[in-house]
Amino acid sequence: MDKQTGFMKALKCRECGREYPLAATHVCEFDFGPLEVAYDYDRIKASMTRSAIQSRSKNMWRYRELLPVAGEPTVGCEVGFTPLIKADRLAKRLGIRELWIKNDAVNYPTLSFKDRVVSVALSRAKELGFTTVACASTGNLANSVAANAASAGLKAYVFIPSDLELGKVLNSLVYGANVVGIKGHYDEVNRLCAEIAGKYNWAFVNVNMRPYYAEGSKSMGFEIIEQLGWKIPQHTIVPMASGSLLTKIHKSYQEMTKLGLVSDAEYSVHGAQPAGCSPISVAQKAGLDFFKPVKPNTIAKSLAIGTPADGFYALKVMKETGGAADDVTDDEIRDGIKLLAECEGIFTETAGGVTVGVAKKLIASGKIPANDSAVLCITGNGLKTLDALVGHVGHTREIRPSLREFEALIEAETKSPTAA
Amino acid sequence: MAVTICTQEPLRKLLDNEPAIEVSGQTVSEAFNALRNRYPRFVERMLDEGGSVRRCVNVYVNEEDIRFLQNQQTRLRDGDEIRIIPSIAGG
Repeated sequence: MDKQTGFMKALKCRECGREYPLAATHVCEFDFGPLEVAYDYDRIKASMTRSAIQSRSKNMWRYRELLPVAGEPTVGCEVGFTPLIKADRLAKRLGIRELWIKNDAVNYPTLSFKDRVVSVALSRAKELGFTTVACASTGNLANSVAANAASAGLKAYVFIPSDLELGKVLNSLVYGANVVGIKGHYDEVNRLCAEIAGKYNWAFVNVNMRPYYAEGSKSMGFEIIEQLGWKIPQHTIVPMASGSLLTKIHKSYQEMTKLGLVSDAEYSVHGAQPAGCSPISVAQKAGLDFFKPVKPNTIAKSLAIGTPADGFYALKVMKETGGAADDVTDDEIRDGIKLLAECEGIFTETAGGVTVGVAKKLIASGKIPANDSAVLCITGNGLKTLDALVGHVGHTREIRPSLREFEALIEAETKSPTAA
Repeated sequence: MAVTICTQEPLRKLLDNEPAIEVSGQTVSEAFNALRNRYPRFVERMLDEGGSVRRCVNVYVNEEDIRFLQNQQTRLRDGDEIRIIPSIAGG
């Protein structure tokens, strides 16, 4: 393995294919297209066998040849390898033969899939000599950058829309990060951060470190394949904000196939958005290969990106794999959260409610056939978005510490069960 | 109308590392034409063959994305700032 580059070859423009050195940069100077990491797959094939992978620790770094760091990872070494749960009760409710939950609601350390991308971005940032890291975030990324920077001894600046859920704000502040609330929606935060990134020599995980950062998402797909017994699922349903995760799940399936780690199989990748911010799903349903930007208005704040940078590529993946997209209302999002909690004992955040709600619609419409098998990507934890459920999940019934009062309560509920 | 156009690294090097370029134009399209006279390479790379802004580039007048205004037909006022920013992912 090359000490300077590991298994990486170059950064490559996704639009025109021009190559650039493996630095902290994200834009092609020829057509302004996004850069992506290119790998030396011949060398990876020699190093990355099933038995080699299985001999390694159970975290996302067991696939390290396909993750863009030159040396051994130094940040987030325990991230990933979250449970893949066979969800029989939910499968029955949704009307599908077999259903699995990839549960990144319990990812380490900050309870969302963002720990995957951040451990890659910060490990690479340290290799490139940065001491300050930063991000524009809808919340989960801010939490993860704050926590992982703290454990790595890096200084962190996180930029968030100022109206974020309190849970996500406190979850960034507690680690001692510099949290800057911007009076605007995420797309405005993102635009400002692009400008800040140009002025300060920081590792902005989703700006100048983006080519490395985004690759971390692939580990979710690698794990799904291994945990299914080295099989690609027929259907994978992925929440879409920028659309990046969906494209990287697809890439992970392609890479494992290319390396001979899994048999070539047909699969579909489907996308889920909230109705209050659905530029990609609206375009997919209309058969378009471009999207119209929107101003978000949804309780699924972690998906509230109105100008999704990877929207075009997500649409392309869905088209190529025969996938579909759909969107769900705020009420359907809450129903999705409750359904997953009641059937499987998993409490997901609003984005997970979107994924469950859209899966329900795609199965009901036959776009995902009832006889098939599907994986739902649950990307975040419900404890971070409690605000969305207040007043929607019933209420506690208070009594004095008296057996008589309790018996009266039970009796009343037995007489009119709907009151429970 | 006198307006300024700015972008960030690494694209700024195509504008001789100027932090802001002053041009004049009644619309975004006219401002781009004025910029093209001085920095043809930059504008040719930002626009596709049909003259539209490439899909991976966002253009803002002051703080607003021009796709929420009238795209390149958006009218400009004296002192407006046009920002050209490659789209970035996040979440």
